Amino acid sequence: MSEAAATQSPWQMAKIIRIEKRTPRVTSFFFKLSRPFAHQAGQHVDVRLTAPDGYQARRSYSIASAPESGGTVEVAIERLEDGEVSPFFHEVAAVGDEIELRGPLGGHFVWSDSDGGPIILVGGGSGVVPLMAMVRHRTARKSSVPVALVFSARIWDEVIFRDELIKLDDRRDGFELVLTLTREPAQRPDDYSRRIDAQMMMQSMSRLPEPPKLAIVCGWNAFVSAAAEALIDADVPAGLIRTERYGV
Amino acid sequence: MVTRGFFSGRKPPTDADGRIPPGQYLEQGFPVLSAGPTPRVRTEDWSFTLKHGPRPLKKWTWAEFNALPLSRMTRDIHCVTAWSKFDTSWQGVLIDDILADAGIAPPTAFTLAHSFDGYATNVPAKDLVAGKAMVALLYEGKPITPDHGGPARLLVPHLYFWKSAKWLNGLQFTEHDEPGFWELRGYHIYGDPWREQRYTDDP
Ligand SMILES: Cc1cc2nc3c(=O)[nH]c(=O)nc-3n(C[C@H](O)[C@H](O)[C@H](O)COP(=O)(O)OP(=O)(O)OC[C@H]3O[C@@H](n4cnc5c(N)ncnc54)[C@H](O)[C@@H]3O)c2cc1C
Repeated sequence: MSEAAATQSPWQMAKIIRIEKRTPRVTSFFFKLSRPFAHQAGQHVDVRLTAPDGYQARRSYSIASAPESGGTVEVAIERLEDGEVSPFFHEVAAVGDEIELRGPLGGHFVWSDSDGGPIILVGGGSGVVPLMAMVRHRTARKSSVPVALVFSARIWDEVIFRDELIKLDDRRDGFELVLTLTREPAQRPDDYSRRIDAQMMMQSMSRLPEPPKLAIVCGWNAFVSAAAEALIDADVPAGLIRTERYGV
Repeated sequence: MVTRGFFSGRKPPTDADGRIPPGQYLEQGFPVLSAGPTPRVRTEDWSFTLKHGPRPLKKWTWAEFNALPLSRMTRDIHCVTAWSKFDTSWQGVLIDDILADAGIAPPTAFTLAHSFDGYATNVPAKDLVAGKAMVALLYEGKPITPDHGGPARLLVPHLYFWKSAKWLNGLQFTEHDEPGFWELRGYHIYGDPWREQRYTDDP
């Protein structure tokens, strides 16, 4: 397993060079780093906003781009109505703005193709972001490691990175996409329309040539608890499950 | 550096008593953070071992451990993910009382706390003694729920909360300050919230 050695990660200024709407509630921001760093798929950055009176707000955002993406990092931020930082990004931040950023951070919740597989990735909502970095890393490395991504969204239009994921799924090169919609009927024949449960985990893992060596789960707190329980009920040993929780 | 267009409606938490460390906000709930799924540890299977290096000094069952003197601590806690929570109230066994029951003084200056799920975190011995830390058994008067580290967790409230290892099963004295799980993964070796010692390279 690649476990990051502690890296030096002071604050730096990063310029927004592109903004791309991904879904009605999620927008990607592409940052050009003033001091480029090499990250591992699954790591995050912290951003820090400073008001004129000196008040600061700081939040973590997973890196969506592959480590191979060079000196830019993509983060995909979901807008929370009553939030402080995510509405700033959605309403105020513009191309050319410089934002204080620190990273890469986190050394546990990572995967590289040299760690091997098969692996099962389980994401809820914006929890798919660090998993996307892993999927993109696999593609960039032309890796043949079998990967199943189970991605839960409320509705079809909230499936972040939808077109890219379906295109990868269509390549039939060992990447299996399983979508589950919690508030709409499934749109593809082998997808689901319910919350994640043990049976769904079992069926998704059966698409892999052998049982996964690692399960990687990310999302908001309650989602991660439920998905990890479902994996355990589907006989995945707890020691093979890595989780990252986005908070409340 | 001021961020263009950022004017928060939120004010820094009113902190008349100086209780909120820099970079923290006040949380009313009790968020759950962990590196993996929640282990279910039955009290029948629970034990707590005090070690010096590889050598066990004393081991307690759940019943034996619960027979040790119970103390109460009401403290503010601070998570590295930036929330702080005031006046959390815990009951458990002070590390002082564990050492007294084993009939020893700290044999070295450093410890590693160990958990049932393989997690470990390092805390200097001086940060555990003199009433500063306990093995907590009750939160707000009730058994600690599995999500929050029950049946027993370490409580070192003056350090970032990742030091307060959940699902605790032992404390090991070590010759050197040995980094634990998060300390090996980019987090600060000590973790003082008042000095914002979050990541390895923080002063
Ligand atoms: C490692 C990690 C990676 C993450 N990656 C991503 C990612 O890739 N994409 C993503 O979108 N998010 C991610 N998050 C979550 C992200 O860090 C923020 O929590 C999220 O964007 C919300 O921030 P906010 O400032 O908009 O909302 P906050 O202001 O933090 O509010 C969050 C919620 O809490 C409530 N709240 C909190 N404080 C108050 C208050 N004082 N008054 C009223 N209500 C309050 C609000 O109801 C709000 O809905 C990640 C988190 C972690 C820990």
